[in-house]
Amino acid sequence: MISELCTANYAGGYTFAICGNANRKARGCGTGIYPITPQTEIVETVVQLFDKGKIEKGRIFHVESEHSAMGACIGISVEGARSFTATSSNGALYMAENIVSASLFRLPIVMQIVNRTLGPEWNIWSEQGDSLMFRDWGWIQIYCENNQELVDHIIMAFYISENHKVLLPSMVCVDAFILSHTMMPVMLPTQEEADEYLPLLDLPHRLKHEKPFTIGGLALPRVTASHRYDMEKEIYNVFDVYKEAQDRFEELFGRRPEDPAIGHYHEDAEIILISSSTVSSTVRNVVDSLRKKGIKVGMVKIKMFRPFPTEQLIKLVGNAEKIAVLDRNFALGAPNKIGGIFVQEVFNSLWFAGSRNLVQSYIVGIGGMDVTPNVIEDIVDDISKRKRPESSIWKGL
Amino acid sequence: MNIENESEILRSKNTNCAGCGMSIALNFIGDALGNKVKMAIPACCAIVTPHSFPYSSYKVPVVASTFAASSVVAAGMKAVQQMNNEKGHVIAFAGDGGTFDIGMATISAAAERNEDIIYVCYDNEVYGNTGAQRSSATPVGAITSTTPHGKKEGKKDIMGIMIQHNIPYAATLSIGYPDDFIRKVKTAGKIQGFRFLHILSPCIPNWKIEPSYTVKIARLAVNTGVFPLYEVFNHKEYHITHKPAKIQPLQEYLKMQKRFSKIDDSMAAMLQGMIKENWEHLLKMEEMFPPAELTAKYN
Repeated sequence: MISELCTANYAGGYTFAICGNANRKARGCGTGIYPITPQTEIVETVVQLFDKGKIEKGRIFHVESEHSAMGACIGISVEGARSFTATSSNGALYMAENIVSASLFRLPIVMQIVNRTLGPEWNIWSEQGDSLMFRDWGWIQIYCENNQELVDHIIMAFYISENHKVLLPSMVCVDAFILSHTMMPVMLPTQEEADEYLPLLDLPHRLKHEKPFTIGGLALPRVTASHRYDMEKEIYNVFDVYKEAQDRFEELFGRRPEDPAIGHYHEDAEIILISSSTVSSTVRNVVDSLRKKGIKVGMVKIKMFRPFPTEQLIKLVGNAEKIAVLDRNFALGAPNKIGGIFVQEVFNSLWFAGSRNLVQSYIVGIGGMDVTPNVIEDIVDDISKRKRPESSIWKGL
Repeated sequence: MNIENESEILRSKNTNCAGCGMSIALNFIGDALGNKVKMAIPACCAIVTPHSFPYSSYKVPVVASTFAASSVVAAGMKAVQQMNNEKGHVIAFAGDGGTFDIGMATISAAAERNEDIIYVCYDNEVYGNTGAQRSSATPVGAITSTTPHGKKEGKKDIMGIMIQHNIPYAATLSIGYPDDFIRKVKTAGKIQGFRFLHILSPCIPNWKIEPSYTVKIARLAVNTGVFPLYEVFNHKEYHITHKPAKIQPLQEYLKMQKRFSKIDDSMAAMLQGMIKENWEHLLKMEEMFPPAELTAKYN
């Protein structure tokens, strides 16, 4: 690995190029690219590296829309080449039809999403509503806390998505500006390392003249139901393959990417804060400082949202009396006016496990509002006094 | 021309309507290009043709793309074939809805990038697969389920639009003129870059015609000037490939199709006017940009 000071956008573009090029001894790679703030630097980086000859066997499609960007990726992928792209916010919505096609076609495309508020009104700052729109259609979803996680998870995403037990696309998500435009020291993979880490892509259902079939055409109800049933079964294979990807990563690079859900001071905590993405960094700082004051607070970071790491979450949460879930997203009109999307999964997980912890939902950072230590301390204060949960509480307004 | 045997692309016993113009077009394309072909087909009759998975009437690999995306999916496929030195054509095969309307931006962009694909639009002048709603390819006066009194607007000039993209080859093809049809597909097969083939494809249920009249009506469309046959190389060589000795009156063409049963005099006059204008425009273009080297090379 080489040390570099760079933004998440540069890191993503670089890692895409290196991972794409790692497939040069097989069928190559390709991408369809389309700019949208704050994602644009990713695709610019890919182009710059391509021009420098860093992608020896590949093609970049300079398309006219996000819909076509994913369309190109589908064409590339169905021919057995490695494929990737990036988008953000309304770009993801414009791409929607082909995002769903990619997973239903079982194509291992990897996409970096820079989480940005959906418009109108036009707001370029961070919120997770864009990628969460696609939580139900078979894309693996990873929410990164820092630029290093992004790099590690793009490499791992190709490994996991392309595994024959999985064959589903991946979204690797980072917060707009907080990561996309913030430089951090990052360890980037060299070409040799990516070559060694990633097996060559062998798509079992790639289109061949010798073995013609029609993919995606008319299907009768039973065929569709079986296809969806297979997807539902196989998306949970991600957990095993994720472990494989971690092991291999550790073996080759000497450090281990974290699990899909990670605890911090959680073992003896009375209050646990659950968060994702960059909010987790601030939560960690607040937890550390409150611990110094003797307050028994801990945290769980949910890194993988799909498939949802229920088992790990249950273990990490343990017997904590109270759980505060921080969502930088919301679903309008949800039951009990509890609109956070992560919290709904937490409720489901805990209820099924028979836990009866007090769970309170907090909506934070909407429209890119800063989630400061004060906001999180306020949440800890609120939940520590709380006797019973109520509807989602919006903090920091 | 391969009349006796099954086509290279479309198997017999597909589920298309008897007399379907699109089936004939696919058979001719197979005759011209052979089976070293892959296709991207968006929502349209041609993706219902192969019947349901795992069955398929197509003898070649087919990707059912999203409605607007066939040209870019095809381009993606072709790029990977090229970087792996694999031979064979990639065809985007779409109806008029997928071409004139929802796919317009994608096709325009693919043409502008000069993607190395053959784009075939089989134009039945209606959203046929959904049961006959108007498209921007529907001619003035035609009844559709969304224009019950006949469409008031004229047809979009798709050839004009595509030619202006300065693509290496654009041509109109009629299933009523198989030799010309197959020659043009072969020509497209020999050229590199974005090739646009526009086929008028009579539609039995939606034009409300007899299944046995498909070819007859296709021929009549050419001879009335409704659908002139020509090809354009690189935006600069116009070649009208079939000049009727005498342009036939429109009346018979309209009478044979019940979709024109409510066409009134002003609509008919508008249609006739557009046909005349188009034909004269074409003659003028051919005069100004006459057939030259490229036309000679491929004819």
